[in-house]
Amino acid sequence: MNWDWSTLGDFLPLFGHGVLVTLQALVLGALIAFALGLVWALAQRSPLKVVRWPVTAVTEFVRNTPLLVQLFFIFYVLPEWGLTLSALATGVIGLGLHYSTYTAEVYRAGIDGVPAGQWEAATALSLPRSRTWAAVILPQALRRVTPALGNYVIAMLKDSPMLMTIGVLEMLGQARQFGSRTFQMNEPIVVVGIAFVLIAYPASLLLRALERRLAR
Amino acid sequence: MPADAEPSIPKTAATTSTVDSPAGGPGGPGSRELIRLEQVTKRFGDHTVLDRLDFSVDTGKHVTLIGPSGSGKTTILRLLMTLTKPDEGTITVDGERLFPAPEQQCREVRKKIGMVFQQFNLFPNMTVLRNITEAPVTVLGLSRDEAEDRARELLDLVGLADKCDVRPTQLSGGQQQRVAIARALAMRPQVLLLDEVTSALDPELVAGVLDLLRDIARSTDITMLCVTHEMNFARDISDQVLMFDSGRVIESGPPEKLFGDPDHERTREFLSAVL
Repeated sequence: MNWDWSTLGDFLPLFGHGVLVTLQALVLGALIAFALGLVWALAQRSPLKVVRWPVTAVTEFVRNTPLLVQLFFIFYVLPEWGLTLSALATGVIGLGLHYSTYTAEVYRAGIDGVPAGQWEAATALSLPRSRTWAAVILPQALRRVTPALGNYVIAMLKDSPMLMTIGVLEMLGQARQFGSRTFQMNEPIVVVGIAFVLIAYPASLLLRALERRLAR
Repeated sequence: MPADAEPSIPKTAATTSTVDSPAGGPGGPGSRELIRLEQVTKRFGDHTVLDRLDFSVDTGKHVTLIGPSGSGKTTILRLLMTLTKPDEGTITVDGERLFPAPEQQCREVRKKIGMVFQQFNLFPNMTVLRNITEAPVTVLGLSRDEAEDRARELLDLVGLADKCDVRPTQLSGGQQQRVAIARALAMRPQVLLLDEVTSALDPELVAGVLDLLRDIARSTDITMLCVTHEMNFARDISDQVLMFDSGRVIESGPPEKLFGDPDHERTREFLSAVL
């Protein structure tokens, strides 16, 4: 294999940009996934069928279609209907929306895992429903699901190169662009691969530590 | 408030004739009916847990429900706490309808009732103090200071004044249950429902909780409805004991009578099995 350290030097500044874009997409996408997933999970527990049914339909649809198709849809089809988003915004929304359907399931399991006795105690104390959710159920549910949510952040990180396909220059996008310009593919791809490990592995260690802490 | 209007409501000839209803109990002049169940039926699937049950409890009385498990005792407490709904019948508390009733009214009437559970059901995400102040602040509208004063008084009463800032999971079962009692009392309910409150405790912790409840029964005028397997405790605190079997009250009376000389063969069998 050809390996040229000077090529690496040329790539590094571009790579730096790529890292920032990847992290930006990841953080914003995760925030959307966390918030929207909670909305889905709560809506699916609504006593009203008109709320439950469409939410179930949307989340099942999104979960069962590929992220790549969703990204293309948002980027190429929505503008036909007057909604034009930048590549990065498309990527963030696409990632966030797609993973919100997974975090919704995580929240659902977390909420179901809160013992029935907690609901009953809240009723016995006449706590209003909103207060029961905010002060009793969600704090316990969120604690349970934090490790699982973290796992999805790592999964999102590994799906982030898909944003390259709509022109977001995240890490892999930078590498490919650099490669097609210089015909030097080896160095940038290896660097990007290592970068993924360097971000994902410590993150999963951190999660495991968090999991142990929360289990106590 | 509508104390004057009270007695005239249910005590009509029609209701007193209902079978061998224990409602006939003490009910002398001056006693005021606080809880009334009429023709209450509750089914779970094909299984009828309560079968056209009638009974009433007067203000300030301590009533114990005994009987084999599955006989519907706990279901009565859960119906009163609105944790489950009857299939038929009516439930009245303090002259106001609890079932059937609009949600809003149900919520208001429910505030008169407090409950202590077998499994304590403290909120693990809150300190002991927060467990006790949460409902008085958000439901009764007490200021945080008022609620905390009240909570500290109650923690003192249950002997846990030093545990304010501790999480429930750091307490023993007996201590958790005493916090749960304090939490229920902080709402100043007229009725306290006790659902097998010592069943989940290690044997050596049972006495402390029962002593506390004896104290509360003696020193307050709170009405108590108690499901228990602790027959000595039942004998000590009860004004009236109801013996349940298969969703019906088969015998009721003061504890001396029911424990000493029960009329019903089934009661005798049950007592000889548990005593």
